[in-house]
Amino acid sequence: MSLNIIVLAKQVPDTRNVGKDAMKEDGTVNRAALPAIFNPEDLNALEQALRLKEANPGSTITLLTMGLPRAAEMVREAMWRGADGGIVLTDPALGGADTLATSYSLAQAVKKFGNYDIILGGRQAIDGDTAQVGPQIAEKLGIPQVTYAEEILDLKDGFVTVKRRLEHGVETVKSPLPCVVTVNGSAAECRPRNAVRVQRYKYASLPVEQEKMSERVKEVVAKRPELTIKKWSAADVEADPAQIGFAGSPTKVKAIEAVVFTAKESLRLDDNDEQIEALVKDLIANHTIG
Amino acid sequence: MTDNNNLIVYCELEDGRVADVSLELLTKGRQLAKELGVKLEALVIGNNLEGIEEQIFPYGADVVYKVDDERLYPYRTNPHASVLINLFKEIKPQICLMGATCIGRDLGPRVSSALHSGLTADCTSLEIGDHTDPKTQKEYKDLLYQIRPAFGGNIVATIVNPECRPQMATVREGVMKKEALTEPHTGEVVNLDASKYVDPEAFAVEIIDRHIEKSKVNIKNASIIVAGGYGVGSKENFDLLYELANTLGAEVGASRAAVDAGFAEHERQIGQTGVTVRPKLYIACGISGQIQHIAGMQESSMILSINNDPNAPINTIADYVITGNLEDVIPKIIKYYKKNSK
Repeated sequence: MSLNIIVLAKQVPDTRNVGKDAMKEDGTVNRAALPAIFNPEDLNALEQALRLKEANPGSTITLLTMGLPRAAEMVREAMWRGADGGIVLTDPALGGADTLATSYSLAQAVKKFGNYDIILGGRQAIDGDTAQVGPQIAEKLGIPQVTYAEEILDLKDGFVTVKRRLEHGVETVKSPLPCVVTVNGSAAECRPRNAVRVQRYKYASLPVEQEKMSERVKEVVAKRPELTIKKWSAADVEADPAQIGFAGSPTKVKAIEAVVFTAKESLRLDDNDEQIEALVKDLIANHTIG
Repeated sequence: MTDNNNLIVYCELEDGRVADVSLELLTKGRQLAKELGVKLEALVIGNNLEGIEEQIFPYGADVVYKVDDERLYPYRTNPHASVLINLFKEIKPQICLMGATCIGRDLGPRVSSALHSGLTADCTSLEIGDHTDPKTQKEYKDLLYQIRPAFGGNIVATIVNPECRPQMATVREGVMKKEALTEPHTGEVVNLDASKYVDPEAFAVEIIDRHIEKSKVNIKNASIIVAGGYGVGSKENFDLLYELANTLGAEVGASRAAVDAGFAEHERQIGQTGVTVRPKLYIACGISGQIQHIAGMQESSMILSINNDPNAPINTIADYVITGNLEDVIPKIIKYYKKNSK
């Protein structure tokens, strides 16, 4: 059975490798200093999608991302690893969205996409760590959600069986299709780019990117429609302006502060025996240990 | 706009007991409800809930809603979500708190989406305060300030939810303190009929297998913690930390970087995305001290940092800093502890 698979992905600043210049003096984030990367758990989701595609010949994987136009990089990256194409949902009107407004916008895009069997996405994005968008999209689409997925064990006869990783164990659930599955970082890593695919899809691009390409490349792109990454606006997905972007977000950021910890006066010791024995004796004497 | 509606805590169950994180939230909820002058309510959904309120009333709940049905345990998203959605439409709580656990982080967003109410994940602090919209100058009284780290813990954001109700927030285990009332306290029990709150199609997802192990790790309640970071270098090198922990009667913890690298199990993770701890002694081994880690252990009574980098950020909040390699320092601590303790 061939499947229509949607993979949700987000381009995020690499908050795991925050350097000293990542924060401005006023305590706001200096986004320019942080490299934009493919959200790590979305890659775990892509891998699960690729395995489904292998097991179900004729399936297609479409990457759906909301962000700036440069998020087309994400679609290309996914195509180089095995996805068939993608959609960038981008519009200034979508800016400043909280998780609920984001979920609404993405759910509208899924509705426009139409026929789908399963939606996969990472459990959470590293810039917010909220894990809310997957379940909220599922609710907006009125379909079940399976969170914390570690492995898709089986998909047949309109059901998917998924192993979930919970705090203190594992659970296997069977959900009717279509459903949203959010994938944990403990799932299999995504396969790397495939050299042949990188060659084949190196010109995959948004129409706005194609305008800047050479005439020769424009000709190539015109002949091969699979190289055009779709760009959808809020109007394209028939989003209600009252439910998107900053205005459509029920949560508002009241204040942002940089994190500052109060420094203590530390007692500095070397690793020599005398100093360590003296410390251990002190800790025993004041009943901290022993 | 003032709200006279109540504050409700979704209580999670673990082996037939109310989970610690829920009792912690009841404790916090009690304080917030008092400040607002409203009632503290609790919601328990599960099976065989006879007498479960006895575990909840000591934490100050005025009302305990119970939905008792064999199909409601173990937790599944849609049946529990439909209870919350339908009940909240009826009783209109102004605030709903739940644990930032696998359950709360699965349930919260589903409910918030259905009710179109804002949800803030993983709050580290909750307060009541006023708010003026910077654009419209509209004033809001007594909102829930939902304070949470963002951007990998590099900033702390205060989130408000001016218009939509309930104001929903999740909080991780250990962040709030659990404290029962000193005086006996009791309240009202309201039994709800599951069939009125859950549609039959909500049971479409089936649990076919479940292996939940009782956690062997108890870092939250340990009085001494030996924690390792990425600087420990490998899973094998963590053995040294276990040896020190065994000697001192301590638990072993780990930073996110060490857990991500596979050096230690996830349940040992300390920090904003793990557990918050307040031990008597915290021994940080090869932990550089990213903000998100420090936030989860800074309230330790005493902090000893062992690091070969004298400028590791964690050293600034440590009481004692030993500059050296773990493989030299830890055996010496073990040796001198054995020599000097009775």
